[in-house]
Amino acid sequence: MSVNNTITSYKQLEERSKITNLLLRWFLYFILILFAFYFIFPLYVMIVTSFKTMEEIRQGTLLTWPSQLNFESWAVAWGGRGYGAGDTFLRPYFWNSIKMVVPAVIFSTFIGAMTGYVLTKWRFKGDRWIFLFLLFGCFIPFQAILLPMARTLGVLGISNSILGLVVVHSIYGIPFTTLFFRNYYVSIPDELIKAARIDGAGFFKIFFKILLPISAPIIVVTVIWQFTQIWNDFLFGATFSFGKAAPIQVALNNMVLSSTSVKEYNVDMASSIIAGFPTLIVYVLAGKYFIRGLTSGAVKG
Amino acid sequence: MFKWLEKNLPKIVLAPSVGLISWFVYGFILWTLYISFTNSKILPKYELWGVGQYVKLWGLRKWHIAVDNLLIFTVLFLAICIVIGVVLAIFLDQKIRAEGVLRTIYLYPMALSFIVTGTAWKWILNPTLGIQKLFIDMGFENFTFDWLVNREMAIYTIVIAGVWQSSGFVMALFLAGLRSIDDEIVKAAKIDGAGLFTVYWKILIPMMRPVFFTSFVILVHISIKSYDLIVALTQGGPGISTTMPALFMTQTAFHKSQVGLSAASAMMMFMAVAAVIIPYLYSELRRENVS
Repeated sequence: MSVNNTITSYKQLEERSKITNLLLRWFLYFILILFAFYFIFPLYVMIVTSFKTMEEIRQGTLLTWPSQLNFESWAVAWGGRGYGAGDTFLRPYFWNSIKMVVPAVIFSTFIGAMTGYVLTKWRFKGDRWIFLFLLFGCFIPFQAILLPMARTLGVLGISNSILGLVVVHSIYGIPFTTLFFRNYYVSIPDELIKAARIDGAGFFKIFFKILLPISAPIIVVTVIWQFTQIWNDFLFGATFSFGKAAPIQVALNNMVLSSTSVKEYNVDMASSIIAGFPTLIVYVLAGKYFIRGLTSGAVKG
Repeated sequence: MFKWLEKNLPKIVLAPSVGLISWFVYGFILWTLYISFTNSKILPKYELWGVGQYVKLWGLRKWHIAVDNLLIFTVLFLAICIVIGVVLAIFLDQKIRAEGVLRTIYLYPMALSFIVTGTAWKWILNPTLGIQKLFIDMGFENFTFDWLVNREMAIYTIVIAGVWQSSGFVMALFLAGLRSIDDEIVKAAKIDGAGLFTVYWKILIPMMRPVFFTSFVILVHISIKSYDLIVALTQGGPGISTTMPALFMTQTAFHKSQVGLSAASAMMMFMAVAAVIIPYLYSELRRENVS
């Protein structure tokens, strides 16, 4: 009798815990989806606003759909209105950013790869200190180097030029790229290198023939990281360039702040999406590597 | 000669990066430090002037506003980002369907620039056509949301946008941390009768201490450097109510041409960052040595 009682109560208990579990899971999903809305909301607002006319913007709210897809603000954001002076649009600055990002990413990645290689596979006394010395550069507030950098670019005659920005971004990218490659190469067994050295392979041969072919993942991580950082940079762009040589983030900010008589939110939003598009695409296509870059600087063994 | 070259090749390859960083990071910081002790105005002057710029800096109301704002921003930004990040990471860790999609959504703001984020939130928060109108049109006729143009509240709009941008990052850090913990620990605890809540609260979260530390360092670092977001969202306004040290530094240098004073403010920022970063690097390195 008592045994039977326990069994039924146990079943009841199990039943009850099933219900609590189910409720708990609903709660879990509810919170997760709520946050998903919070994160999506600005992007949604940006996209719908960019397709509305100003009339619709004034009449509707942030959430209302455009009555029809109106591409005019996109055309204005990208190519201007064509009235000459004072007509700012993003196309030339978009190309400025491309011309700045591509060489800066290549230089800093290459230097970082070589530095990481030496620091892990050709170790010498004090190499840890060298690594720390370089690593510290990841963390300095750039305000502490802004003034002398401005003077240096002036002296070199490359202030307010794409070349100047390429130089700046290449240099200040080195600490990060070194960190990435150093942490990756540290996990590659030294025996591989030793064997190659016994076979008579030299410094460069080992790098190009052995390490580089297995470096694809970390190259992707580094390139994505550098691309995102440099594309999104505003401080250097705004300090060291103006007018025609400005990168896209600076141009976007100028466009949005320029005080024309009427604020055109639809053009502003189209411009923002254009300025954010390349990094967003990279993130969607290669999110895994993007996240690895973000976290590998932070949680490392 | 050739032998020497071969023997020292690694160091020769290392030389450019060490040289560049020595000059452009350490050399430049020293230059800024030196200039902060001079009475430089538009152009740098090189005769020493003592600590006058620092005295002047700490006597300025604008600098005090900047520092106060930085403290408010840092505390809120840190607390909210970590709470959201930890909660999302733990929830996502419960074998959730469509985890990949949710993770992608939580983290995408990190791919956008602060200028894009600032521009978007400026539009959302603008008092005439933004959120305020949304609620009024929904029937809340007396709803007001004017933080962006309100001196007292404008700093919190920067917190809202900053949290939106960075909390997904904290989530990613914690999720990576949780996933790296051995399943056996959780299983053993469950066999001992610990509920899920206890497992997280008593076992997993305490084990995440290094991740908390890392998030803390990175978020403090982001907030001390925050510049773009303020430029895009409020330009330091209304008035000077949302000025922060980074904005103060560039404005003083490039609009007011007070190079010495701005160098002093840059050095204050540098010291604040160093106070957080040096212990962090030290502990990271020690951890690596132990393992």
